[in-house]
Amino acid sequence: MKISYFPGCTLKTMAKDFEDSALASASCLGIELVELPRWNCCGTVYSLTSDDLIHQVAPIRNLIRVKEQEDNRVVTLCSMCYHTLKRANKLVREDREKLDKLNNLMYREDVKYDGEIEVLHLLEILKNEVSFNQIAKKVKIPLKELKVAPYYGCLLLRPPEIGLDDAENPTILKDFLESIGAEVIDYPYQTECCASYHTVVNVDLVVERAHDILSSAINQGAEAIVLSCPLCGFNLDNRQKEIKEKFSDFKGIPVFYFTQLLALSLGLDEKVCGFELNFVDPRHLLKSKHLTGRV
Amino acid sequence: MSRIGVFVCHCGLNIAGTVDVEKAARLMSNYPGVIYASDYVYMCSDPGQDMIKEVVKEKKLDGIVVAACSPTMHEITFRNTVASIGLNPYRCEIANIREQCSWVHQDNKEIATEKAVQIIEATVEKLKLDKSLVPLSIPITKKALVIGGGIAGIQASLDIADSGYEVVLVEKNQSIGGHMLQLSETFPTLDCPQCIATPRMVQVGQHPKIKLLAYSEVEEVSGYVGNFKVKIRRKVSFVDWDKCTGCGLCIEKCPVKVLSEFDEFLAKRKAIYTLFPQAVPNKPVIDSNNCLYFTKGKCRACEKNCSVKAINFEQKDSFIEEDVGAIIVATGYDLMDKAEIGEYGYGKYEDVIDGLQAERVLAPAGPTNGIPYRPSDGKIPKEVVFIQCVGSRDPEHYYPYCSKVCCMYTIKQAMLYKHAVPDGQAYVFYMDIRCNGKGYEEFLQRGIEEDRILYIRGRVSKVFKDGDKIEVWGADTLTGRKIEISADMVVLAMAMVPSQGVKKLAEKLRLATDEYGFLTEAHPKLRPVESLTAGCFLAGAAQAPKDIPEAVAQASGAASKVLSLFSQDVFYHEPIIGSVDEEVCVGCGNCVNICAYDAVELDLVTKVAKVNPALCEGCGACSAACPSGAMQQNNFGKRQIFEMVDAFTKG
Ligand SMILES: Cc1cc2nc3c(=O)[nH]c(=O)nc-3n(C[C@H](O)[C@H](O)[C@H](O)COP(=O)(O)OP(=O)(O)OC[C@H]3O[C@@H](n4cnc5c(N)ncnc54)[C@H](O)[C@@H]3O)c2cc1C
Ligand code: SF4
Ligand code: SF4
Repeated sequence: MKISYFPGCTLKTMAKDFEDSALASASCLGIELVELPRWNCCGTVYSLTSDDLIHQVAPIRNLIRVKEQEDNRVVTLCSMCYHTLKRANKLVREDREKLDKLNNLMYREDVKYDGEIEVLHLLEILKNEVSFNQIAKKVKIPLKELKVAPYYGCLLLRPPEIGLDDAENPTILKDFLESIGAEVIDYPYQTECCASYHTVVNVDLVVERAHDILSSAINQGAEAIVLSCPLCGFNLDNRQKEIKEKFSDFKGIPVFYFTQLLALSLGLDEKVCGFELNFVDPRHLLKSKHLTGRV
Repeated sequence: MSRIGVFVCHCGLNIAGTVDVEKAARLMSNYPGVIYASDYVYMCSDPGQDMIKEVVKEKKLDGIVVAACSPTMHEITFRNTVASIGLNPYRCEIANIREQCSWVHQDNKEIATEKAVQIIEATVEKLKLDKSLVPLSIPITKKALVIGGGIAGIQASLDIADSGYEVVLVEKNQSIGGHMLQLSETFPTLDCPQCIATPRMVQVGQHPKIKLLAYSEVEEVSGYVGNFKVKIRRKVSFVDWDKCTGCGLCIEKCPVKVLSEFDEFLAKRKAIYTLFPQAVPNKPVIDSNNCLYFTKGKCRACEKNCSVKAINFEQKDSFIEEDVGAIIVATGYDLMDKAEIGEYGYGKYEDVIDGLQAERVLAPAGPTNGIPYRPSDGKIPKEVVFIQCVGSRDPEHYYPYCSKVCCMYTIKQAMLYKHAVPDGQAYVFYMDIRCNGKGYEEFLQRGIEEDRILYIRGRVSKVFKDGDKIEVWGADTLTGRKIEISADMVVLAMAMVPSQGVKKLAEKLRLATDEYGFLTEAHPKLRPVESLTAGCFLAGAAQAPKDIPEAVAQASGAASKVLSLFSQDVFYHEPIIGSVDEEVCVGCGNCVNICAYDAVELDLVTKVAKVNPALCEGCGACSAACPSGAMQQNNFGKRQIFEMVDAFTKG
């Protein structure tokens, strides 16, 4: 199965491990993610201002790129890109006038956008098209004994109209993690916000929130966090440096992209997982569980 | 040639301020068939009516048109006026020149006058073809059916029976009492529901005029006001209630324990059980889903221990039929299903309970004897959070309406909790506190001042378990601060919804329901206890969320409606109904299909449509649907309509 793939900026830089492990796993599961030509930044933050159409140009332009490929679907990996593209798409599907204005703004494009593209997250493809049962069958190294805490954050789930699962009680990450054999830890903070872009100007706030989220998971017995957003990843992983400075008893916990664990469980070459890019090095943990160094 | 009189009303300046009433009367006096026309300032006043009477007598009129306000206001008045001097009331017509003319054309008097004259002319044309009709008289069976034995059904049954008429009371559970019997104490006086309700239950059980059919449901209903036929299913209880003395030995000996519905799944009952000790009737039923004999084929301990041999494992459902003249529906409410709610951890954490569970926990005669041990570990909770408006007033996710009683019972529950645990703390998250009843606001003040209930205005965002605490996060919208409470127990004031199965019952009775399933009254202000189906009345929380005083008041209202129906020997029904020309009818059945009241059927022998005059509400749908013109509405015949249209379009 071929499907258009929108990487987004971070996946090409800080979150290269996310992209590499996703592409390799997808292809192992029979999905070819075809990177869009000439894609641009997703727009990053969905603008809530009603009179601010210019911010929708970026996401909609990407959907025009998909249309040019004669595809009607596009897959993202980053929660933020997923959110921005899907929400902009919803906006123009429901507001013809805004769509016309956007098309006029982009009058030099060869095709006009008409709301026909479906924006999907890789998790949805894994659940609905591959199916978690099928994945379970392909797992070579089940992540037995690895206690993982799924972290959804905001953008996969909220607002509910565009969320990919129940905003109150999501299960998609849990179901996914169980299919690759991990032991899934339930904890109340899995849908709390990581403080997002406050990380630029208000590090203290991020440190506090990340500390609460991570400690809650650790208290429930988690050995690692699993997520799908590079920004959440930065706040929960890289900020552990500042967390430790502020909370001296904080022990630290590795943070994975879900695709890193997928690639690992499918028995792919460890290199695609890019564990060296993780801030809190997970390799010791994985080794202690006999999950690495086997192939 | 007809001898018609036209009376144009000024309605003060309501009509005369816009319509030139004198001119209208002048023009009408020259209209064919009209032999008298005049105007007057208030036709509905006594002098106005007297004038009409005199003119009718003097000019020997055979019909009149009163050009005035809407017929919904004074049609009856003027019909009675002419009837009092011997003119058939259906030879009096109203031309509405107020709502449909003067009020909507205030800016253009000329056009308004012209239109008023046209309306009067059209009405005269209709009147020319109006027949003298006689209201139908229908005999009445003076026995009432009450469905639902909660406090509303109990009150209605007693009111009717005490007036000397027979009542059949059908209750689906094995005892009457409804939700009131589950309550701890009742606001705003904190009297115990058993103390005030059980005497009435006993009265129902012993009343010579009340036939109590517990553990029964209405299966079929046919007929019409005064003459309903009802088939009732007596559900199989596996106990011969005629033999049973209610000694309770069987219950004692039954080895099976299952969660009790009456105790809201917080305590156990046996497989053979009564609802509560004061049950009426106090006879047990066997729950065949859990009985060892039915599931495993052995046991029969109850049978062995019953000295009067009342247990009968072979018993089957039985049916009885009753003829009744009026029906009161008092089927009450349920709380919203916990499966519907994703937030607040209800159904996930044992110590998050709903309002009725809190009632059981706080009930002096409940499973914990009124000491609020929490369900998970039996500890006494020291911090309890009450959350109001769960599912209510939430149009985006659940129900837009206010459940009306939760504000009040939350005060009561928080108060009772504080009385049981004086060193505990009760918090209430609220949106508004609605205490609009006698003594209700004082009750709230008492809760806040004497019992120190802490009210926090805001919504709860998250409820989760942390160790043996239930963490509650919310916002205090008055200070703008985030609130975090480590609670031991959380009580959710869940939305009230119509009781299960009421939609089906409503279909059988041809009753309308709103989009949530609450039964719809005939008029929200002026006919609050009647349904749109003649002879069917509503009482209690089946119509909308209500508290006990309101439910009881409405029940007495419904009972008095039944009594006023029963006070006559016959019931008079409007003769403005569909009527079939049998020569013309081709028997296509369109009318049968379109009738919302099941009033038309095809005669088996003649194969033509036949109208049941008692059921017909005169809506006219059948005459519009009839392709052959055989079905016509009395005094709204096709020719009459055409003549009226001609009158409007001739100029
Ligand atoms: C938690 C809580 C606390 C409350 N506390 C108070 C209080 O302190 N004071 C107060 O004034 N009010 C209180 N109320 C409100 C009170 O419960 C209602 O006002 C009252 O019970 C309404 O009586 P009812 O007869 O209309 O309905 P119900 O009590 O619901 O009775 C309906 C009866 O009809 C039966 N029935 C249902 N469907 C059928 C059917 N198809 N066929 C035959 N029978 C049927 C049911 O089994 C039931 O017996 C409280 C409500 C709640 C939820
Ligand atoms: S033992 Fe017999 S008489 Fe006694 S309550 Fe049970 S069924 Fe009725
Ligand atoms: S009664 Fe009070 S708590 Fe209940 S829905 Fe209405 S406002 Fe909310």
